[in-house]
Amino acid sequence: MWSSGRSRSRANTWIDYGIKRQIKIVFKLEEVSKSFGDQTVLQPTSIDFQTGKSTVLIGPSGCGKSTLLRLLAGLLTPNSGRVLFDGVEMNPRNIMQMRHRMGYVIQDGGLFPHLTSAQNVGLMARHLGWSDQQVQIRIDELADLTRLPRPALDRYPAQISGGQRQRVGIMRALMLDPPVMLLDEPMGALDPLVRYDLQEDLLKIFRALNKTAITVTHDMGEAGFFGDHVIMLGEGCIVQQGKLEEMILHPANDFVTRFVNAQRLPTLPNARSSS
Amino acid sequence: MSSRIASLLVGLFGYLICFSGQLGTSTVQAQAPQVGIGSKSFTESVILGEVLSHLAKNTGAQVRHRAELGGTQILWQALITGEIDAYVDYTGTIREEILADAAREGTKIESEGDMRNALAARKVVMSERVGFNNTYALGMRRSIAQRLGITKISDLTNHPELELGFSDEFVERKDGWRPLKEKYGLPHTRIKVMDHNLAYRGLEKDSIQVADLYTTDPEVKYYDLVALEDDLAFFPVYYAVVLMRDDLTSRAPRVAEAIMRMQGLIAPEEMSSMSVQVRLDGRQETIVAGEFLNNKLNLGIALPQEGRWVEFNKIIERIVSTTGEHLFLVLMSLGLAILTAIPLGILASRNEALGQTVLGVVGVIQTLPSMALLVFVMPLFALFGMGIGPAPAIMALFLYSLLPIVRGTYAGIKQIPAAVRESAEVLGLDTRARLRLVEMPLAQPSILSGIKTAAVINVGTATIGALIGAGGYGSSILTGIRLNDTSLILQGAVPAAVLALVVQHGFGLLEKKIVSPGLQSA
Repeated sequence: MWSSGRSRSRANTWIDYGIKRQIKIVFKLEEVSKSFGDQTVLQPTSIDFQTGKSTVLIGPSGCGKSTLLRLLAGLLTPNSGRVLFDGVEMNPRNIMQMRHRMGYVIQDGGLFPHLTSAQNVGLMARHLGWSDQQVQIRIDELADLTRLPRPALDRYPAQISGGQRQRVGIMRALMLDPPVMLLDEPMGALDPLVRYDLQEDLLKIFRALNKTAITVTHDMGEAGFFGDHVIMLGEGCIVQQGKLEEMILHPANDFVTRFVNAQRLPTLPNARSSS
Repeated sequence: MSSRIASLLVGLFGYLICFSGQLGTSTVQAQAPQVGIGSKSFTESVILGEVLSHLAKNTGAQVRHRAELGGTQILWQALITGEIDAYVDYTGTIREEILADAAREGTKIESEGDMRNALAARKVVMSERVGFNNTYALGMRRSIAQRLGITKISDLTNHPELELGFSDEFVERKDGWRPLKEKYGLPHTRIKVMDHNLAYRGLEKDSIQVADLYTTDPEVKYYDLVALEDDLAFFPVYYAVVLMRDDLTSRAPRVAEAIMRMQGLIAPEEMSSMSVQVRLDGRQETIVAGEFLNNKLNLGIALPQEGRWVEFNKIIERIVSTTGEHLFLVLMSLGLAILTAIPLGILASRNEALGQTVLGVVGVIQTLPSMALLVFVMPLFALFGMGIGPAPAIMALFLYSLLPIVRGTYAGIKQIPAAVRESAEVLGLDTRARLRLVEMPLAQPSILSGIKTAAVINVGTATIGALIGAGGYGSSILTGIRLNDTSLILQGAVPAAVLALVVQHGFGLLEKKIVSPGLQSA
């Protein structure tokens, strides 16, 4: 494993917590559609997101994958259909409470520039009345978990690297130990080496903490790495879903074939012709 | 930090309340009647205000002379609302400015009797003439006029050889040179247009023989000039008269009686002699006026020691007191503006249509001339007995301060990146917590710079306070201009500039201290 015995034992207690909840379906979309003006971004779509699974939403730009994630986070309200979280339909009154049970991570972290890393991570917990000591202990745990160098905790977002900003963003999302993590292109702004390390760490965290993760990406490699279940979207519709291997071996249509083939693999010059 | 600002503001409010309370309680004292005298911001008016003040004070009344107020409208408002009880104005001004609307409505305002009746309907008593007419006249050196036998303007028709020099204003006015020439049939075709002061020199050097002048100009006496008689009554007359609230006759009959001693009291030569003493000899208005009354009416008024502002400790004393008044105006108005403009800016950022309306309205306020704004807000404060003094000035400065602060707040919130705004929302912070924990801290630099702009502008604009008796650096500048006293102008202008720099620098330090380092390095 990646860290000391101390934090592993803590991680185990969170696994227990996850199992105790006994919820099969976290998010349920029932015929949800979304349009902006006369442009339909998401056709009526129904999806069940299972507890403890890692789902990846993939597709080209404008396919509706980010819109779908933002509907789950309650940042958008659907034009038709219902979004249920833990079996309860989302509405403007209950959304704030629900968000304490979701962690949301965006490209480059979306950190508050006026707060240090530690203040960013602890903001919500402090607002909810945690003591300084509780906050400090939790931030220590999360810094271990995300392998954030300690000196970065007292720096401001503009003073740390992109990879560190993303780790702080992940810590902030994990602060209240939410069962669900929503990630919108979390690696989008990182160089390949940093991205590689962070992908590894993130997957370990999800597994160890038994998080339900829903990740938006346009990177096939990342989709395969994270996704127990991959949903490919094209022009506001689900085109194909299941394991990534199935998509590669048995593409549902030309769109899937083209999208899969568009991923350039420089070390395998024959990849195009062989697939 | 914010609590410290809050306590400062509470303190200032307290000061204002005490201040108005003082005014309120002092009017209750029955023994010595309280009398307010006003004057306009030119020397003759200030002297006349001092004469009125001495007359009233001599009956035992407590007199407050609101000197150098900003113009006819402000004095009239102050008189109507009871801020002052009497001041000296001119019949021409009364007809053209004060009773202009009555004339438009069809009331005949021609004779002094008409004016007296129209003013009586407004509960104002107009006295008989004080004794001089301060209007335009044509003047000549006494020696030349006597040699040529010229005593009146129509005599000039026989002397086409005389050279005439006029100020450009006199050449342009509708009661100026062209209609005058037409009315009298004057033969002179070539006239020299020159600065008023240079015209006096021209008369002295004999490069011109006739010039336009105000009948009570101190220079008339200084250069030994005679004003030619306006035998065809071309120039509108500006006879000085006292305007007094009619309730003074019942409230303080002895004071009212004393004030009416002004009737026929001051001859033209006496008026210009007093102006000469102030303008050319640099004596104080109150002493000149007091000496005049002691000589003329044998009042035996005790007068203060002669002394000008050039004395060092007087200068310090004056700068300290004007600084206090100036800071009071700036801090009160700025504090009120901060309390109002930040919430307005937040509201504006929340709703696009509302935002545009708010920014539009505060923008329009910014374009109003300060004089118009003062005349507009004075009557509102007059309802609470605060029509003259700091309150209307603070109101005007407050209104002027709104735009930079509203705009700073609005822009500060609007420029927060969508990703940051959304991060706060999705974290589960409610609207109020988002505002407090994220939006306000991020907008802080922009809000602070709006407040700084407002403060610096306020330091400059607060000089208008002098127009309505609020004091401050403006009063030094105004008096300095009136007396052509550069030292006095600098005693107002230099501290104002220094204060503006201090404010600018102070906000720089404040920004370093309270704005998050995360925003400063970015």
